[in-house]
Amino acid sequence: MGKVIAATGNEAVAEALRQINPDVCAAYPITPQTDMMQRFSFFTNNGMVKTEMILVESEHSAMSACVGASAAGGRVVTATSSQGLLLMLEIVFIASGFRLPIVMPVVNRAVSAPINIHGDHSDAMAARDAGWIQLWSENAQEAYDNTIQAFRIAEHLDIRLPAMVCLDGFIISHSIERIEYLDDKVVSDFVGEFQAINPLLDIEHPKSYGPLILTDYYMEYRRAHNDVMSRVSKVVLDVAKDFEKISGRKYDLFETYRLEDADIALVVLNSAAGTSKDVIDSFRNKGIKAGLIKPRLMRPFPYAEVAEALKHLKAICVLDRADAFGASLGPLCTDIMASLYQYQQKPVIINKIYGLGGRDYLPSQAEYSLNELVEILNTGKVKTLKEYIGVRE
Amino acid sequence: MATAPLSLKEISKKEVLFAPGHRMCAGCGAPIVVKMVLLATDYNIIATNSTGCLEVSSCISEYTSWKIPWIHVAFENSAAVASGVETMYRSLKKKGKIDKEIKVIAFGGDGGTYDIGFQSLSGAMERGHDMLYICYDNGAYMNTGIQRSSATPLGADTTTCPVGDVIPGKLQQRKDLTKIMAAHGIPYVAQASPGHWQDLVKKVRKALDIKGPKFMNILAPCNRGWRSQSNDAILLSRLAVETCYWPLFEIENGVTRVTVKPKEKKPLVDFLKPQGRFKHLFAPQNEALLKSAQEQVDVYWERLLKEEACFGDAEASE
Repeated sequence: MGKVIAATGNEAVAEALRQINPDVCAAYPITPQTDMMQRFSFFTNNGMVKTEMILVESEHSAMSACVGASAAGGRVVTATSSQGLLLMLEIVFIASGFRLPIVMPVVNRAVSAPINIHGDHSDAMAARDAGWIQLWSENAQEAYDNTIQAFRIAEHLDIRLPAMVCLDGFIISHSIERIEYLDDKVVSDFVGEFQAINPLLDIEHPKSYGPLILTDYYMEYRRAHNDVMSRVSKVVLDVAKDFEKISGRKYDLFETYRLEDADIALVVLNSAAGTSKDVIDSFRNKGIKAGLIKPRLMRPFPYAEVAEALKHLKAICVLDRADAFGASLGPLCTDIMASLYQYQQKPVIINKIYGLGGRDYLPSQAEYSLNELVEILNTGKVKTLKEYIGVRE
Repeated sequence: MATAPLSLKEISKKEVLFAPGHRMCAGCGAPIVVKMVLLATDYNIIATNSTGCLEVSSCISEYTSWKIPWIHVAFENSAAVASGVETMYRSLKKKGKIDKEIKVIAFGGDGGTYDIGFQSLSGAMERGHDMLYICYDNGAYMNTGIQRSSATPLGADTTTCPVGDVIPGKLQQRKDLTKIMAAHGIPYVAQASPGHWQDLVKKVRKALDIKGPKFMNILAPCNRGWRSQSNDAILLSRLAVETCYWPLFEIENGVTRVTVKPKEKKPLVDFLKPQGRFKHLFAPQNEALLKSAQEQVDVYWERLLKEEACFGDAEASE
């Protein structure tokens, strides 16, 4: 079954898209996503997929064309990074407001200014409240697996929502890893036939998309969106179960590592989890009960489940690869704190901002963060709630 | 390409696919344009619409005037959305999932076309989608309350270029969008006016029979913004043509044809006088501005006739 090869994250996602063979893909080049859509263009121009490409003149038009194509009634994909995501953000909100199951890999990159092409999470965090599903991926394998699952999740008739698949720019998109690909047929059977709901192309039953809705009903529409978001977790878990059957790989709303009996833990998204797990092993070897949680479903954030997994801990360090200026804490930390707030007994939480603009996340940074948690256990005192680490003073 | 003409008798038998009950202002030119465009064709049409008067007044909550599939996404992307619809149509048709013949028309006002949607329009035309883009040009951002756009004519009074003691309205000439679209080298570009309905209908029919990207710029009087009477949309759209302010022409595969040549070219003031937005131009201190407006019309018209003579098909013109 399948095959094991060496591939980059971009290559792996492009391969998943080849196997899924969407009806339409609209895309615009931006580093570090570019190489993914280049590879996909190679597939289209060599007849390896039946996808029609729209090589648009901007990301704004990429998402606009995706909305048009998806509302017309077929399977649609695009991909972007950084400034591209920000440019299309207006239409990102509309795609979810229309409940169109567009799938969009986001190769995470820093945002300007200063301009920087390297990986951090500022782009996807800026779009986190746009009403999309966000699946985050530690490595190329997870990016490949999440991409395949994203179509099933987005198109699920209980929810019908667009989905982003996030992977770290360069660190994952351009690094070669061992990866297991599924067979083409296994993937296409798993994803299944696209089922159009209210397609524009159903010319006999004309539909109007995008009405003006003012004070009378706007709020009901937004509440309906909120209700739909609350049904996403179950769909993600159901799809993960089915995916395990074809791949043997297990997915959840988040991944925990040596967390059950832990006293202290790191919370981290995407590629930094690998390094963190290594450092946690070394702390365990020293007899320190350290663990980790790596959210996979970032939107909608599974507050209750995350809190259940973390509430027994004594101290937590949330590592954010983005800042939320003026909000005092990074975006991930804000969510972790909100999830635990309702408990009487809850861990102490500190926040570290790391790796902005692609700065390396080093084992020493994980050690520094864990040591601070150990100190909190010993002294009961928090030195700083939020701190930039790996930065010049 | 020969396109069958359509008589008024036949048009009168057709179902109007833009239903009454919409909330456009009384006497607005835009719904007249939409009705004429939809009456002109027998093709199945899917319409996209940029944000603006037409969109905001034609589909509200559970009410829609559109008896055809219609989608509004945002202000600046009617062309990009249309390119997505058209591409999905092509994709599913190739796969045998659709057998019907469907055409895509993108509608946008001048703000959504000349200005904020200009990039997405240019991109869609360059990519060669089989679609017709129709700009209904009322010469300002009328939906938000008559702000100047790059389609606003020289000298016009708007809320963002108001006639003041220092500046007498809009000091710049209009962007010549129709020619800019022609410069894209697309197979068909035309200008039309609802006052010349036969010419308009003929152009829409011709455009939809041509495969590839097409652009039509259609004048749509706005009595609120133009400060004219609510019953003179057709009168003004005729005067616009008769004064050569809004020449009716088409450029088909690079061949220019002036499709309506006024028997007697009227002075521009005949078009300006009934409109309050130009009232100040008749004050003595604005004489030079008024003269300049007439000169611009003359230069454009002469040049258009030369283009037709040099690169066109003058004999086929009416």
